[in-house]
This record gives sequence, structure tokens and C-alpha cells, in this order.
Amino acid sequence: MQTRMSMRHPLSSLAGRATQLVLFVGDMGILLAQATGFVLRGRLELRETVLQMALIGAQAVPMVVITTGFTGAVLALYSAKLMLQFGVGSLAGGAVALAMARELGPVVTGVVVAARSASAIAAEIGSMKVTEQVDALRALAVPPVQYLVVPRLIASVTMLPVLGMLAFVMGVFGGFAVAVPIGVSSTSYLLGIRELVDTYDVFAGLLKTVVFGAIIALVGCRAGLRTEGGAVGVGQATTSSVVVAVLLIYVSNFVLAYLLFGGR
Amino acid sequence: MTEQPDGQVAVRVVDVWYAVDSRWVLQGVSLEVRTGEIFAIMGPSGCGKTTLLKLVGGLIKPQRGEIWIGDTEISHLSEAKLAPVRRQVGLVFQYAALFDSLTVYDNVAFGVRRHITRREDEVAEIVRQKLEMVGMAGTERLYPAQLSGGMQKRVGLARALALEPEIVLYDEPTAGLDPIMADTIDTLIVRTTRHLRVTSLVVSHDLTSVFHIADRVAMLHEGRIITRGEPQAVRADRNPVVRRFLKAGGIVTDEDTSTVEEPER
Repeated sequence: MQTRMSMRHPLSSLAGRATQLVLFVGDMGILLAQATGFVLRGRLELRETVLQMALIGAQAVPMVVITTGFTGAVLALYSAKLMLQFGVGSLAGGAVALAMARELGPVVTGVVVAARSASAIAAEIGSMKVTEQVDALRALAVPPVQYLVVPRLIASVTMLPVLGMLAFVMGVFGGFAVAVPIGVSSTSYLLGIRELVDTYDVFAGLLKTVVFGAIIALVGCRAGLRTEGGAVGVGQATTSSVVVAVLLIYVSNFVLAYLLFGGR
Repeated sequence: MTEQPDGQVAVRVVDVWYAVDSRWVLQGVSLEVRTGEIFAIMGPSGCGKTTLLKLVGGLIKPQRGEIWIGDTEISHLSEAKLAPVRRQVGLVFQYAALFDSLTVYDNVAFGVRRHITRREDEVAEIVRQKLEMVGMAGTERLYPAQLSGGMQKRVGLARALALEPEIVLYDEPTAGLDPIMADTIDTLIVRTTRHLRVTSLVVSHDLTSVFHIADRVAMLHEGRIITRGEPQAVRADRNPVVRRFLKAGGIVTDEDTSTVEEPER
């Protein structure tokens, strides 16, 4: 949303953007509270939710498989050779798996889905906003939060951990495919995982993806629902949704890492 | 006009002020729409007509003033409290605002499923009736993008009527349509108002249409209502702004400066 606005307001500097970001996050909090209210009252849109699960979750599988598979592979490429040199080649599998479980699986999944879905959500809802379809919902006494936000939030929050699990497995797999030809034995690669990785690491990593899922859906919905000004506005909403989602994923990832793994 | 025993009021707007970016779009607008009548608000583009309609539909809130739908003052209600009021008020949008991811059937069924019945056979029956009423039977499986503008508007009307509203608000119902389609829409507005006993509030700059269908007319100019009354009375209005507008719209000529030459409709 930014270039045009900063052209119009020369004073909208870094501080202005920071204020906008704070307001954006505040709106996300309000949306989350409203959406939770509808969920608690059982006002669920089943058809729409299933559709969104397919769009946000199932259709992201190829992207997640490829990105996380290669992430695991590149990790193994750097670590396995080094570890073999120092005689701890048996830990290569563990190193890859630990990094994938705690950090790279969740973050890469989050960023991939943010790029695909935060933008798609913002563009779709934004188009509905500028063509008065959001007003049409309100006129039909169907709250936009109930029909648009809740299904996307549920789909995103439930599908991200599934994708995160897939990311972990693919990362380990990708690492395996690289480490074994380099000289790590397949048995020691797998045993190394048991050595270094706890169930806690995997589940805490998946917990991160739940938070990322909420961020992605809420950013997309907020950007979409606040869209003004036709096709240009939809473009700006789409761009800003990806920027803000990726930003918030990285910031929250640090906070979550500190809370979940800081003492370990 | 219509049988109007003691003129019950369906919509009452009292001294409403509305500003966008510190510019007053509406400046103290008041009006009453009687139950069962077709009330048309005309005026040039940008005079605040659509804003007024959105205020009555509860989509936006005025900075000052009151808006009554029946016995309920809606200008201070929360979204949740507005829901029951909205069910009484149907809105037909200028560009139809159909949900483009849904078929015609699902568009009309949208409110029905959520407010009237979940039984699909009953939903189907209501959808069939309403589509037939607007002459769009047989289009159930089509998507909005496959329909012309006029057809979309008719489906939009069917969607609004499906909730059996007491009041229907029309935003520029004939704008951008060819004369025959515009006439079809006019006929539909009159027919639904009379047959379903609803109250219709129409905003439009299509004067032929306004003077064709309305029981009473008001003209909005620069955020104020500058004339109102039955069509003959407004035709005879001496206000130069009104006269210029009506003349440009082909409703009056220079000679017919007064009164009732033409029976309305």
C-alpha cells in the first residue's frame, strides 16, 4: 500500500509506517476476537471452510514439498561434509532434523503459504469489497467476519501444522538424499535424528505453524476488508498483505523460539 | 397515491448529516417514506443519493441525525443489533454485487439458507419463485459473469426479495441499461411494490424512470433536499435548479411551466 501513500504524504516516514503497522496488528486482534466469537457460537460455514482448506492447505503441498525438501538437502550439503571431517558424521541426520523441526520447517512453510495465500485472501476479499459484495453480505444480515474470516482462519490454522509436519519429513528426506551419497551411512543418519531430536522439538515447531497460520489468514482478511479504490486498491492490499505477513512471521518466530526453545 | 389511509411511515430520516474526509456530503436531510409507496430520490451524480441509501440500509452511520426503520432507530446500532433490521430491508446494488464465486441459485439461496430454512427443498422452492418473479428462471446454474448487467440486476433483486423484506432500497436500478431493460426493471419495481406490498425507496438520476414509477419524488442537490412531493407538484416546481435538472432529463419543457398536463404514468 505504501508507495502511493508516501508520495501523497511526504511526512509519512518510518514512524508513519510503524504506526500503520501497529494499527494493522490492532485490527487483526479485533478480527481474531470477532472470529473467535462466531466460532464459539457455532456459526461455522462448512462449505466455505472445506474449500479454503483445499486452497490454503492441499494446493500448497507441491510448493512446501519442493522448498522444504531442498532446504533439508542444502543443510545436509553444508553440515554432512563438515561433520564427516570432524568424525561426527553420525550426527548429520540429527542436525538436519533438529533445524527442520524447530526453525526451517515452520518458517519456510509459513513464508510459502504467506506468499500463496495471504495474497490470495487479500485479493479475493479486496475485490469483493470494491465491488460491494462485502456490503451485500452485510445487507443480507450475514456478517462478513462469519462468512469470510472464520473459514479462512480455521482452514489456515488447521492446515499449517499439517503442512509443517510434511515440511519436517521432506526436510529430513532431502537431507538424507544428499548426506548418504556424501558418505553418511543411512542407519547413522536416522539414528542421529533419534539422538538429537525430541518429540517436543517437532510439536513445538508445529505449534509455531499454528501461530503463522493465524497470522496469514488475519493479515489477508484485514488487508482485504480494508481495501479501497478499485483495482489499484486491490493491488496494494495484495502486496501489503504479503509484506506484512512475512514480517510478522519472522518477528513472531523469534518470540516463539525464545519462549519454546530459549531454555533448552 | 396508493391507498394510504393514515400514511404509516416505513422509513424516517431526521436531520441527517454525513461527511467524508471533512466534506459534508449530506447536510441536514430529512424525509419520510410511507408504507407501500415508491419514493424516488433523484439528483445529479455526486449529490449524495447513494450515501443516503447506504445510511438507510445501515451500511454506514451518520455523524448526526436519526434514521428510523419502522419503530427502530438504527443510526446507533451495532452490527449485531442491526441484523434483524437488515432482514426487513432488501438492498439492490447499482452493479448488483452478486457473489461472483457462487451460481445464480446459490446467490438467491444465500440469505434463505442462513435466515429462513436449511431444508434444501424449501430453499429450492423459494429460489424458483423469486427467479420466476424477476423473469430469470432457468439461469440457476449460471455464474454472475455469464449474465448481462440487466440480468445481474434482476438476480440481485431476486436475492433481496428472497428474504421477504418489508422495504426494498434500489441504488440506480436503471443506470447503464438499454431502454427496454430499463423499462423491464421499472415494471418489476412497480410490480413487486404493489404485489408484495413492500415499500420501495429508489435513488436514480434516470428521470424518465423516476417519473414513470414514483408515487412521490424528492430532489437532492449538494447534500440538501430542494424539492419533494408528488410528481406533478415537482414538475411544477419553480426552483431554477430543479427546473434545469428536469429539463435536461426531458421531463419538462420551457413552455409547460405549470401543473398537470400529463397524467402520471
